[in-house]
Amino acid sequence: MMIGLEHYLIVSALLFSIGLMGVILRRNLIVIYMGLELMLNAANLALVAFSRFTNTVDGQVMVFFVITVAASEVAVGLALIVALYRRRQTTETDDLTSLKL
Amino acid sequence: MQELLFYIFSGLTLLCGFLVVANPFTRNPVTSAMFLVLTIASMAGLFVLLHAFFLAAVQVMVYAGAVIVLFLFVIMLLDVREVEKHQHPQILSGVFGLLGLLVISGMLIKAIVSSGIDNTLQPQLEGTTKALGIKLFTDYVLPFEIMGVLLLVGMMGVVLLSKKKLR
Repeated sequence: MMIGLEHYLIVSALLFSIGLMGVILRRNLIVIYMGLELMLNAANLALVAFSRFTNTVDGQVMVFFVITVAASEVAVGLALIVALYRRRQTTETDDLTSLKL
Repeated sequence: MQELLFYIFSGLTLLCGFLVVANPFTRNPVTSAMFLVLTIASMAGLFVLLHAFFLAAVQVMVYAGAVIVLFLFVIMLLDVREVEKHQHPQILSGVFGLLGLLVISGMLIKAIVSSGIDNTLQPQLEGTTKALGIKLFTDYVLPFEIMGVLLLVGMMGVVLLSKKKLR
């Protein structure tokens, strides 16, 4: 059976939901960030698949930009986690309750 | 051959992605980071199957090379303990996690299947580095420059955030 566009999109959807579930369920901020990376990667896969099957390079250019933004986002996010750890000595979301009513 | 490789790589991607967020044996973030490397490597394999060779190389270099090292470095810096304080809701959250996973992926897959995508489209594009570079430096030159500024801003933000005393 020929591998079509739909196959790649389904893999991408599954990976996206796995990442989303990680973001929702895990309590460790670092693992939550890894879930975010998974979601970005799922979007990348969908873009590359579309680009391949519709014969346009634009999707791949977009993936290039997404990878760049993801890299800088990770750098800033991890710096925030380090700054948070310095103040609160924790990376668990359960311990961050200052916004609770 | 292509079909077999697709199933191998996508299975690996999904399995390792699942182990990143919900490893049944350990809660250690280092293990998650290692499985994230595997996920990204198999995703690079999928990119090669889609003839996006440059992006596969970038994926391996930027993600597996830089991002994961950053993650591991921060984990080492923080010396995060493995203990999860709440043993009780663990099973409950696992059950609801699987349920949510099924619901969300079911919705997405339903949307994809019913959107009328032509699954008989032939793969055409040869994503050569040259074509990508030409596109990047003609049509997309302004976003490219903005990306440079974004990286600079990100770097400055990180330096500011990492200072011992914020003034």
